[in-house]
Amino acid sequence: MKKQAQHIVPPAERANLDLDSGKYLVMWQGPNHPGITGNMSLRLVIEGDTVVDCETHVGYLHRGFEKLMERRLWMQNFPLVCRIAVPEPDFNEYCYAAALEELAGIQIPDKAVWLRTLSLEMIRLASFLMWIGGQAGAFGHGTIGQWTVTMRDYVLDLFEELTGGRIYHMFIIPGGVRGDVPPGFLKHVLETMDIIQKNLDDVELVMFHNVVYKMRAQGLGYIPPDWIDHYGITGPNARAAGVTRDLRKDLGYLAYPRLDFQPITGTVSDAYERSRLRLAEMYQSIDLIRQIVANMPSDGPFREKLPNPLYWKIPAGETYVAAECTRGEYGFYVVSDGSDKPRRVAVRGPSYTHAVSVMERLVRGVNIADVAGLMVSLHTYPPEVER
Amino acid sequence: MDIKDFIAPFAVWKRAFEKPFTVNKPIDERPGAPRYRGFHINDSARCVGCGTCEAICMNKAIDLVPVDALKPDGGDSGLRPRVDYGRCCWCALCVDICPSGSLGMSNEYLWVDRDPEVFRYTPGVEAKPWDGAELGYRRADGYRLLEEERVDMPELDHHEAVKSFLELVRGYSRQQAEKEADRCVSCGVCVASCPAHMDIPGYIRAVREGDLEQGLRLLYETNPFPEACGRICTHLCEAACSIGSGRSADGTPTDPVAIRWLKRYIADQVELADYGKALPRAEAPTGRKVAIIGAGPGGLAAAYYLALLGHGVTVFEKDEAAGGMLRYGIPEYRLPYPALDKDIAWITSLGVRIRYGVAMGKDLTLVSLYGDYDAVFLSTGLTVAYKLDVPGDKHPRVLDGVAILAAATRGEPLGLGRKVAVVGGGNVAMDAARTALRSGAEVDIVYRRREVDMPADPEEIMEAKAEGAILIPQAIPLEVKPAEGPDAANKATFVWNLAEMVQKEPGKRPVPEPIPGAVVEKTYDSIIAAIGQGPDLSYVAEGDGIEIRRYKPVIGPDGRTSRATVFAGGDLTNDRKDAISAIADGHRAALAMDRLFAGKEA
Repeated sequence: MKKQAQHIVPPAERANLDLDSGKYLVMWQGPNHPGITGNMSLRLVIEGDTVVDCETHVGYLHRGFEKLMERRLWMQNFPLVCRIAVPEPDFNEYCYAAALEELAGIQIPDKAVWLRTLSLEMIRLASFLMWIGGQAGAFGHGTIGQWTVTMRDYVLDLFEELTGGRIYHMFIIPGGVRGDVPPGFLKHVLETMDIIQKNLDDVELVMFHNVVYKMRAQGLGYIPPDWIDHYGITGPNARAAGVTRDLRKDLGYLAYPRLDFQPITGTVSDAYERSRLRLAEMYQSIDLIRQIVANMPSDGPFREKLPNPLYWKIPAGETYVAAECTRGEYGFYVVSDGSDKPRRVAVRGPSYTHAVSVMERLVRGVNIADVAGLMVSLHTYPPEVER
Repeated sequence: MDIKDFIAPFAVWKRAFEKPFTVNKPIDERPGAPRYRGFHINDSARCVGCGTCEAICMNKAIDLVPVDALKPDGGDSGLRPRVDYGRCCWCALCVDICPSGSLGMSNEYLWVDRDPEVFRYTPGVEAKPWDGAELGYRRADGYRLLEEERVDMPELDHHEAVKSFLELVRGYSRQQAEKEADRCVSCGVCVASCPAHMDIPGYIRAVREGDLEQGLRLLYETNPFPEACGRICTHLCEAACSIGSGRSADGTPTDPVAIRWLKRYIADQVELADYGKALPRAEAPTGRKVAIIGAGPGGLAAAYYLALLGHGVTVFEKDEAAGGMLRYGIPEYRLPYPALDKDIAWITSLGVRIRYGVAMGKDLTLVSLYGDYDAVFLSTGLTVAYKLDVPGDKHPRVLDGVAILAAATRGEPLGLGRKVAVVGGGNVAMDAARTALRSGAEVDIVYRRREVDMPADPEEIMEAKAEGAILIPQAIPLEVKPAEGPDAANKATFVWNLAEMVQKEPGKRPVPEPIPGAVVEKTYDSIIAAIGQGPDLSYVAEGDGIEIRRYKPVIGPDGRTSRATVFAGGDLTNDRKDAISAIADGHRAALAMDRLFAGKEA
């Protein structure tokens, strides 16, 4: 049985390895591999069972969204941005809409503020539900994924009811949202939250009180606290290292200042701690959703009237709008030159840091069987690396 | 690690016998949510083919394609959107923006076919199982991407307006005009409906972008009367406007873009002194000479475009000022004379000569013009008012509507008295009634049919009523009798028979049938007949070579009469009898004459 592991911090410099020595094996993990969280790959150098060097490779999923947006009207970009991070489209929609509203000086109605918050918390929960299936699966525990992906589908059912789409909701539109809640929707939300909470209790029992999971995840992928600022690590990866950093609290956007919650932090900063923390955040999301349903105004306008979208021009300026997504700080930097199209949009996805830079260093010294589990424990989405 | 960590994982077994959550298609049906964004549906009868869906689609998944069963007409392009599901991303912005509200999405999401070509189709035209689906994505109430209400036009209060001939409609400010221009989607459905085919989306864009000189340039490409048309045009464009094809949340039609007021805004905002900066000057003289008979909108439009092409133009006008019916037929409160003068001043600045007080037939004959000019354009309009055609219609208190309006223009005393009847339902009747109201009279408008049948513009009818005119519909004139009682010499008694509307032939408009015994008599100081006008073609002699049929010169598609060098247009030949049609006629004739001079046709 593994004792509490000694945390080994891989050095910043890569070792100079003689790959022709016959001592090492170069092996690719991905771009098609169940242990890769999307279309990217790791070029691993293995000595025996241990990874001694790694190079992250991206470029399999580049769709050029940032450039495409420069050729589309402000409003035409609204259905485009959701594609940047597929499992969490709503954060893109929110950041883009909020950036435009800030540049154009638009105040959105209170109902829209609440509906946006609801939508963001629902997708946070859905995204975590998908992640936890991957995390358990990476250590050979496929059953958890079967349960939680179903739970995720229940959340997607709610999105379908609210927005008309399961994956790409296209609900948060500049100026507000596209519709009020349909009749009976909030009741469905609360019922679904009860079901998910009950399932999460089961997940907690069989995943986190599991000798196999503990043996493999504890001590794996230790992120020292001094890496946080050095690499720009955010979200649960940072909070698990004891850094209290949650934009929902720090920036206080949307309805979050009116909700009762505290950022959750950990101490150990390994794969096990991070997954525990995410589980706790799922319970927190359920709690926030219940608070939103209880506090949301029942009527009122849900969208501010904007000029004709075919000619809408936004005053010249630039802004950066960020939100706390499941993986950390998600941000849109938008520049307007006063025309009807963006001059430049740059998307900051937390996975860029976590999947490309942190993973490359963290994986050195890890057993090859744990590479997938380590990667999932960083919760990365290659689509947001490649915008 | 404790013992729980070894035992707890076996708890997964407790769910092994639960019912799975999966759906077995086709055994289980799983309909999309009521808001589901599924395959498109389109109510083809409501769709106007404006193509705004195509304009907003960021994937270029929508093409507007011609549909065989549909004929393009005013307000319908005859095109319908075809959706390519190889491109569509189901964002439904097309549904959100659709001005007519015809486009929607069904909640159907399964469609299996081996042929990839079928996934590109025209909803509402090619039948699909989900056509007419009740469920599926629709625009939410309270959510519109386009503004449905037009910017209110500042107007004089009707109680104030009726006291003077001050212009009723005050015009847009810059902010108002730009806001109104922002409602336009540049679909261009309006262009086909305009007799002059003005570049409406182009000049609205100029308003939106604040480039009024460009706007003026576009106006003058097809219409040298922007000040006049910006006020009194019959605005067929607004009836065709796709923005007016929708329904608001309360079921009322959405407002079309105020195209006419935007045209007026451009012309009002550019000073005449600055016209030269924006507008083209006349080309070098060609040596050709054209005589134009009648300085109305048709004649002067022809004069403008001929002068622009370098041809020498002389306009012969029987009255003492130019403008024709724009000046003598339209009261000042609708078209102030300075505005009309501005249009005419620019036309004459190109070197157009107008000879006033020259009446055809009396001072001048066609034959004499044939020798002196290379071509002639006849635009003498409709000058002879129809009589009431009832016994007693020669009574001295029976007046002619057009003559009253002309007298008002000239500032002559009208002498209508206190009680006035206006007979007729056209714009001349409304103008005569409102002129009478401004002279302090109480006015009854007597019309044969129902209010909905009146040929006048709805807003003129509405304004006449708002200013205090009483509308007596379904009243067939029977007789004008000498009045009785005191001051009988200055009065006349008007007799009419109330009628009911009878549908005599299916498909045709109902006709008024007198109700037996329902005869009404009322004594008036004046009875103004405004039931239409006819042409005075007495100046056309038999030897002039101009064929006349049904009181109209016979013309070809370019306005040419049976004599190769003589053209005709305006109210004289045009059944629409409005300024914009006359202007279009004038423009068309000018271009035809230019081709004639260039020898491009016989």
